[in-house]
Amino acid sequence: MDFLRPAGWSEALEAKANHPDATPIAGGTDVMVELNFDHRRPETLLDLTRIEQLREWSRTERNGVPTVRIGAAVPYARLIEELGTTLPGLAMAARTVGSPQIRNRGTLGGNLASASPAGDGHPPLLASNAEIELESVRGSRTLPLADFFTGVKRTDMAPDELIAAVHVPEGTGPQQFSKIGTRNAMVIAVCTFAVALHPRRRGVGTGLGSAAPTPRSATEAEEFLAGALAEDGQWDDPRPLPASVTERFGELVARAAAPIDDVRGTAGYRTHALHVLARRTLSWAWDEYRSGTELSGRQRCA
Amino acid sequence: MRLNLTVNGRAMTADDVWEGESLLYVLRERLGLPGSKNACEQGECGSCTVYLDRVPVCACLVAAGQAQDREVGTVEGLADGEELSTVQRAFIDEGAVQCGFCTPGLLVAADDLIERVPEPSDAEIREALAGNLCRCTGYEKIMAAVRTAAERSGGTSGSGSSAGGDRT
Repeated sequence: MDFLRPAGWSEALEAKANHPDATPIAGGTDVMVELNFDHRRPETLLDLTRIEQLREWSRTERNGVPTVRIGAAVPYARLIEELGTTLPGLAMAARTVGSPQIRNRGTLGGNLASASPAGDGHPPLLASNAEIELESVRGSRTLPLADFFTGVKRTDMAPDELIAAVHVPEGTGPQQFSKIGTRNAMVIAVCTFAVALHPRRRGVGTGLGSAAPTPRSATEAEEFLAGALAEDGQWDDPRPLPASVTERFGELVARAAAPIDDVRGTAGYRTHALHVLARRTLSWAWDEYRSGTELSGRQRCA
Repeated sequence: MRLNLTVNGRAMTADDVWEGESLLYVLRERLGLPGSKNACEQGECGSCTVYLDRVPVCACLVAAGQAQDREVGTVEGLADGEELSTVQRAFIDEGAVQCGFCTPGLLVAADDLIERVPEPSDAEIREALAGNLCRCTGYEKIMAAVRTAAERSGGTSGSGSSAGGDRT
């Protein structure tokens, strides 16, 4: 086995171009499990932990929208500590990942590259309309996260590409995330749901995890809720949501799922649970919006 | 490959390291430091918890090559010679050890907690130890030990160990 240790980003891209079969490794929380159990024996490991720029995040603007660009190797612990108020939904999801030891090592880029249907970081990123920046020696491209996932543990990445960063528009309203598992730590999600209210553009974002071959948004539910809020003048004068609206939102979220039966739960349970999570997270987010925290991004404890 | 790293403040070298092996394997099998325990090999149990550049991690999930030129702190580095660290002493005094297999990982995790949060609440202790499984004590005595260690540290900077390095 070869162990490549590029010291910088361009060196890493060259290494990946020369060894397209190399397995990138950062936090190791997925790759090392496969190696330890002999499930995989890659010919080459490409260590990304020495590339400083992958461990940085910055505030930028994309298409006039304040956006946070998060380097692929920023670990969950730092998303929680440093981006909790700017990207509350993502930070909430990060808090549910593994344990302190895992959050110290595991990275957002690794979460995306693994493309597990159960990845905790994916739903809040989808709810925020995040984009992913891929790069190779041929150049760089950015695509919506929804287009990045192509199947169970499959992505749109070319063999010579690496994930450079994720671009997440800053929240302009409440965001929530909820996850079902057997305990409060070290859990692979039975299912997850993220919702984000976007008062500036009067939109709603959603993300479902562990509920389909790929993470996905519940587009119909988003459109229904945004329409209902606009119709009732709720954005400017928020009142309690009618039960018919939350109920319908839950139904449409559950309908967007295409879950399977597996060791963690049945398809029937997941569908039911998503219905509940959708109503519950929406009511939390809406209460927060009504209490006037539109721009503060204040968050509840996960 | 050859691996150079600092462990508990001492420069160390391991030879004939296989590129796919873990830092845990290097510590236990090549550097004669069996304090960090090998159990689940998938980051679930925390019994291999060590400091890597002063941050607690599961050594089973660190590729050996990733530790090149890095600073590692293991449970062996908590005590100062024969003198146990505050956390170690508290675990003994509170009887927080039964079979002892999970203890090294818990000691490092608890050491880090007290360093970061000198007066942790019970919720903070539980959260900090959420990645460390113990199958015999029932955790109550472990909780008591961490509370005691925090009290004895007097809410000042940390627990007096050196495995995590001087972070003041």
